[in-house]
Amino acid sequence: MTMLLQTIDLKTRFHIPEGTVYAVNGVSFHISEGETLAVVGESGCGKSVTMMSILRLLPAPPAEIVSGQALWGNRDLLRLSENEMEQIRGREIAMVFQDPMTSLNPVLTIGRQLTESLRVHLGMGPAEAAQRAVELLEQVGIPDAAHRLGDYPHQYSGGMRQRVMIAMALCCHPSLLIADEPTTALDVTIQAQIVELIKKLRDQLHMAIIWISHDLGVVAGLANRVMVMYAGFVVEEALVDDLYEDPRHPYTLALLAALPRVDRRRDRRLKSIPGAPPNLLVEPRGCPFAPRCEFAMERCRFEIPPLQPVQGTHAVACWVDVTTGGPR
Amino acid sequence: MKPADPLVVVKNLKKYFPVTSGLVFQRKTGEVRAVDDISFTVERGETLGLVGESGCGKTTAGRTLLGLYPPTAGHVTIDGMDVYAARRRRDLLAIRRKAQIIFQDPYASLNPRWTVDAIVSEPMRVHSILPDPKARSERVKELLSLVGLSGQLVNRFPHEFSGGQRQRIGIARALASDPLFIVCDEPISALDVSIQAQVVNLLEDLQDRFGLTYLFIAHNLSMVRHICNRVAVMYLGVMVELGERDELYDHPLHPYTQALLSAVPIPNPKQDRARQRMILSGDVPSPLNPPSGCRFHPRCPLAVERCRQEIPAWREVATGHWVACHKVAE
Ligand SMILES: Nc1ncnc2c1ncn2[C@@H]1O[C@H](COP(=O)(O)OP(=O)(O)OP(=O)(O)O)[C@@H](O)[C@H]1O
Ligand SMILES: Nc1ncnc2c1ncn2[C@@H]1O[C@H](COP(=O)(O)OP(=O)(O)OP(=O)(O)O)[C@@H](O)[C@H]1O
Ligand code: SF4
Ligand SMILES: [Mg+2]
Ligand SMILES: [Mg+2]
Repeated sequence: MTMLLQTIDLKTRFHIPEGTVYAVNGVSFHISEGETLAVVGESGCGKSVTMMSILRLLPAPPAEIVSGQALWGNRDLLRLSENEMEQIRGREIAMVFQDPMTSLNPVLTIGRQLTESLRVHLGMGPAEAAQRAVELLEQVGIPDAAHRLGDYPHQYSGGMRQRVMIAMALCCHPSLLIADEPTTALDVTIQAQIVELIKKLRDQLHMAIIWISHDLGVVAGLANRVMVMYAGFVVEEALVDDLYEDPRHPYTLALLAALPRVDRRRDRRLKSIPGAPPNLLVEPRGCPFAPRCEFAMERCRFEIPPLQPVQGTHAVACWVDVTTGGPR
Repeated sequence: MKPADPLVVVKNLKKYFPVTSGLVFQRKTGEVRAVDDISFTVERGETLGLVGESGCGKTTAGRTLLGLYPPTAGHVTIDGMDVYAARRRRDLLAIRRKAQIIFQDPYASLNPRWTVDAIVSEPMRVHSILPDPKARSERVKELLSLVGLSGQLVNRFPHEFSGGQRQRIGIARALASDPLFIVCDEPISALDVSIQAQVVNLLEDLQDRFGLTYLFIAHNLSMVRHICNRVAVMYLGVMVELGERDELYDHPLHPYTQALLSAVPIPNPKQDRARQRMILSGDVPSPLNPPSGCRFHPRCPLAVERCRQEIPAWREVATGHWVACHKVAE
């Protein structure tokens, strides 16, 4: 498979009155053509900031990309001019966000917003753009699309608005779609509809997808590969089956053990993870999970464990081998 | 009253909200039928789950049955006391004392200008429990330690706490009046996954210790299966199914319950891929103008003409298993 995007050692910080937020602390990952990579982790672990850094969508200040590369073909996205970046954003790499209301303009009709982007990006004339807009809405399953072009965003339900966002993202046939928690705000039956839609479109259009989520359940049926983040670090990365069957990072293990299952009878109390999520205002020193980790050793508190392969493409950032409980 | 009687009895409860228009002279132009004729009981010491999609009326049901909203119709008793007949302040207070609520949003539900001590002791002031200030502040510390917080935190303000800690403060406040019954309205939805299990385990421990009865309102169907003894499913203001937990999850009868459960993702890739999903088409209709007959009929894969015409009766098809659907056999 051809490599599409490769990010190397990305570090992003925010300078705020209270100090420095260490949001992304040396993140490396890659995605190949047609692949679906899931990025999972709890609120504040740096999923969005990682992607926004790559797309250069963060306001600076307060944001500062301290180091890193994001190789797109033979270009480094972090070093392109704003003009060059605009050619890539929305065309080659498209993005769908959690809350469609913030990305749709409330005073313009859905049709106007879709045709506008088709005309700007693809230079279509009005008639051609209108026709393509209807096709796109039909493709994402908006019933009676031709008649609903004149509606405003508030006249669409949450699920329909998310479909519109997907339609807009698809309009230029991007080779990579970054979907940032696109179903988190939706009800479970609507979430299932959107996930089915994405699977269908992925197969039709051969797009690569980065799917950001805090829900290990949603990701299981969708991703080829999963990357788990904690406190701005990638702590584990594996093919989807390996991650769920053979998790190797104490955080991934704990997270999976804390999840009850809809398809199983209750057999025990939930295993809870002690403590609280990390404070990102302190410069990372040691493993970010160490204060909550049941395997932690002395070394964990002072040395940051690097992400290292354990088996094939399965990589873990941990000083301990969880299968033995001893040092790696 | 025998202890075996249900703690909470809800009969034909309705709650409609008026919809008005006009700037100067507000005219009533319709009503949102948020809760439209639901009946159920909550047994002593059990956890009854209340699930369903956003806007189906879970919060309205929970608040109306506590008397926090006046009902449009129906009857509710809590521990034998008629919630809506309690006109006298003393009776109302007695009910409030026995029945408490924990809210979804641990950020919005605590007064930001009050200290933890003021927040947790408020129910004691309202109900004149432990009037001696020293005894009261001792009790606050005891309640905080019950929910796993240090008694030294009494003079802090809510913004100094994390989400999980704030939810614990809300739980301590709910416990302050020694309630029998707590409506937990999405108590973990706003929390990180790693913190949810902490709060759920705490609620279970408190239940064991004090024999509490919970109405547990939630979106997360996996968590509901874990924590509840029985589960009720709502759709657009009505109850469509209620049953013992494993019976309901293993043998859902109502097509909506079936669709809802099949939409829940399973954190296991092989099983999730192998699963036959039942994907519902369309969106939940507006409760302003709910569909005729069975409210689920426009999205129901089994709907027949009768479903469009006739409201299905709420009936017990097997012991303890209730359902409202024309297509479910006797
Ligand atoms: N503009 C900003 N100024 C200061 N800090 C920020 C800013 N944007 C993000 N952060 C911080 O950076 C960290 C990472 O945030 P990010 O949005 O990437 O988290 P996330 O993993 O996407 O979480 P969520 O699941 O809640 O969306 C957080 O601690 C956040 O508070
Ligand atoms: N105070 C109110 N005035 C008018 N309408 C209301 C009011 N409270 C709720 N509603 C409406 O009643 C219906 C049921 O709302 P409710 O909040 O009970 O749903 P819910 O099941 O708790 O949803 P969620 O899962 O989003 O919390 C919704 O259509 C809502 O818009
Ligand atoms: S490095 Fe140490 S503290 Fe970090 S996850 Fe591994 S064992 Fe736990
Ligand atoms: Mg985010
Ligand atoms: Mg609610």
